[in-house]
Amino acid sequence: MNEPTSKPKPNYLTSGNTVSSWLLTVDHKRIGLMYLLGMTFFFLIGATAAALFRFELATHDANVFANDTYNRLFTMHGIIMVFFFLIPAVPGVLGNFLVPLMIGAKDVAFPRLNLASWYIYMLGGTFTLAAILLGGIDTGWTFYTPYSSVYADSNVILAGSGVFITGFSSILTGLNFIVTIHKMRAPGMTWMRLPLFIWAQYATSIINILGTPVIAITLLLVVFERSLGFGIFDPQKGGDPVLYQHLFWFYSHPAVYIMILPGFGVVSEVLACFSRKRIYGYEFVAFSSLAIAAIGFFVWGHHMFTSSQSEYAGLIFSILTYLVGIPTAIKIFNWVATLYKGSILLSAPMIYTLGFIGLFLVGGLTGLFLATMALNVHLHDTYFVVAHFHYVMVGGMMMAWLAGLHFWWPKMLGKMYNEFWARVGAVIIFFGFNFTFYPQFIAGYMGMPRRYHVYDIEYQPFQMLSTVGAYFMGVGLIICFVTLVSSIFKGKPAGKNPWKATGLEWNQADSPPDQHNFTSPVKVDVEAYDYTDERIYQDT
Amino acid sequence: MNLFAVKTSPVAASDYADEWQNLWGYLIGVSVFFTVAICAVIVFFAIKYRRRSDADRPEATKDGKLLEILGSVIPFVLVMIMFFWGAKLYFDARMPPKDAIEILVTGKQWMWKMQHPNGKREINDLHVPVGVPIRLTMTSEDVIHSFYLPDFRKKMDVVPGKYTQMWFHPREEGQYHLFCAEYCGSEHALMVGRLHVVSPAKYEEFLSSGGRGAMAEAAASDDPVVAGKAVWEANCVVCHSGPGGIGPNIHKAFGTMRELETGESILMDEAYVRNSIINPNDDIAKGYPAAMTSFKGQLSSTQINQVIAYLKSVSEADQ
Repeated sequence: MNEPTSKPKPNYLTSGNTVSSWLLTVDHKRIGLMYLLGMTFFFLIGATAAALFRFELATHDANVFANDTYNRLFTMHGIIMVFFFLIPAVPGVLGNFLVPLMIGAKDVAFPRLNLASWYIYMLGGTFTLAAILLGGIDTGWTFYTPYSSVYADSNVILAGSGVFITGFSSILTGLNFIVTIHKMRAPGMTWMRLPLFIWAQYATSIINILGTPVIAITLLLVVFERSLGFGIFDPQKGGDPVLYQHLFWFYSHPAVYIMILPGFGVVSEVLACFSRKRIYGYEFVAFSSLAIAAIGFFVWGHHMFTSSQSEYAGLIFSILTYLVGIPTAIKIFNWVATLYKGSILLSAPMIYTLGFIGLFLVGGLTGLFLATMALNVHLHDTYFVVAHFHYVMVGGMMMAWLAGLHFWWPKMLGKMYNEFWARVGAVIIFFGFNFTFYPQFIAGYMGMPRRYHVYDIEYQPFQMLSTVGAYFMGVGLIICFVTLVSSIFKGKPAGKNPWKATGLEWNQADSPPDQHNFTSPVKVDVEAYDYTDERIYQDT
Repeated sequence: MNLFAVKTSPVAASDYADEWQNLWGYLIGVSVFFTVAICAVIVFFAIKYRRRSDADRPEATKDGKLLEILGSVIPFVLVMIMFFWGAKLYFDARMPPKDAIEILVTGKQWMWKMQHPNGKREINDLHVPVGVPIRLTMTSEDVIHSFYLPDFRKKMDVVPGKYTQMWFHPREEGQYHLFCAEYCGSEHALMVGRLHVVSPAKYEEFLSSGGRGAMAEAAASDDPVVAGKAVWEANCVVCHSGPGGIGPNIHKAFGTMRELETGESILMDEAYVRNSIINPNDDIAKGYPAAMTSFKGQLSSTQINQVIAYLKSVSEADQ
């Protein structure tokens, strides 16, 4: 295998250089990269909003922004981050790139539909951007009625339409993945040999298909109530504002699992590779994803213990919320057990992954506080909740996303990044994150409500720490961003399997892969994560 | 700022807040234990099993069932304790005692309007006597708000078109936080009030004090029962009093079950009265035509509250 380096193999990146070869591509790998660009753009907007309002929040009085500006900033941060980063990041980028590669297929089942999903995502994003540019929206990402449907004086219709549209991108991607995973596995790739990343994508896709239509229709009703005067949620017209909360959380709680399950998949892959062990309790980890997806649909009312919903309904929601915690706990125990007697290398993706376990653990445990009805009554709508879901969404999902991005970067672009600076970025992000969000637990426990930019001075020390931490974390993100981007220009060629990982994408495909993924027929004859197989350690 | 002087836990202003702290302590204990234990194991493994050479080939570990069983059963037991304890405390905290003083609260963008049993009103400040349970009956004139007393560990949403309740039992005189916890628009962060817990004597003095500031004009109708009687006589009495009226006689029926045309029966409570004024055709009384038109826009929420207070008082007097 001594090909001259001056003549690199053709790959999916070099198979066409025109703009239309990208914009009209049906190659899942190119679509994955296009999601990466779109999503990074939205992430930067959401992060900028956070940087601005964290500055305001450092002190207890209003010194930079007026009320309405502050309200628009946190709403923009929430909507952009949830609907245009957290939900699509791992499925859109890593899922698109990896699902066919990992199961030994040439592409997803419906390549043109896949391209359409990207355009739908960008169209939804354009609507939301238009809402921001035309003056913003101030309802919070939750769009609670009747404020959003009657009283708010901002671009609710545009932003709601943006979220409505982008939802179809999730539904179609979910459909695509389910069909692909069912029908296009290579010979020998049985269900129990699937990488756990695929199991996680599968569970996520089910939630996307079942849940997303509900948020779509709910936001459409808000738009109709606002524009045409429907009386669905407006009590003045006989509507019920609390009904909106039921419909919203019926999707938006499962949406938390849409965000985090793909992250679980990433963590399993990285952990196995950098401890050279099969994931302990593979079946339990695989089926716990499905259990979370199923039970996750019946816990939405835990967002509503103080909303005037029935106390008895609250009981059911409370107990089911604890039950969804059990499969999550199982996953954490199995991941930790995977490390036992492994060969552990603290590479950048592994630092993100171990960071994920610790932070997600805190996010999960503080979720128990919020499932406890009496505790919830005090903590609901305070900074405790803000800290809790950032530990899950940023400490969990974003860390997993960065782990996955660093792990598969050499495969996607064929280049190695500077490992030292990548590790520095990972460590700074980990500490900066804790610095930012840990103080918010205390502020919330002390009783500071969320969405307040003017607040009692006794909460100021915590908010000040949080602001300093946020900029510290921002430095980490910049280091991470620069390290990755500069590798495109200066990085060394990665080679087929730089991490010596198992999996078809590492062992049967080049870096970057061929336009058609595999140059020879794929046949699977090994179990997943067989790190005792000498073949993966051969240099190619 | 002296960092050692920073407060890191909220005041516990009632016996309930103490019970709440016990439950909080249990969850903190469980969480700290698992966080420290799991993180310590991860760090220990990462050091002990670090990759010493690229030629390391660890042996496969055989999956056992013990971890999965213990990993499910132990968390299950621990969270079921949380569930039962949390649910019990929650239900206790939802049931107001019979001897509670009732205060009406109306949320409005962006202020809290309070009305005491004798009609005395205040805005954003709430005076209550120490040692007596206080029941708040709350509604909103516009969007959803949430009445939050962190020092009492209590919060309840204030919903337009609905009546919600919360209660608390102050045990010490002093001033306490009062926040709106549900985002309600531009000045949400400024929808902040203050709870003043005062001695019973001071409370009496407060109730009978003449200095009513901005609300002076409203003095004549400050008592909701008095004001409610006027609303009743101006709007309702023609159809709803005495046999042979166009509508059912509901003058002294507050708190009783009413039969409906559908064969069901419904409790005549605050929500029913309000809904019957706003949406009269939702629940048609048995034997009566659907003849009433909505009073929406003609009666304010405050006036509806006053009628309710009046109907309550005459029904109680009758029983």
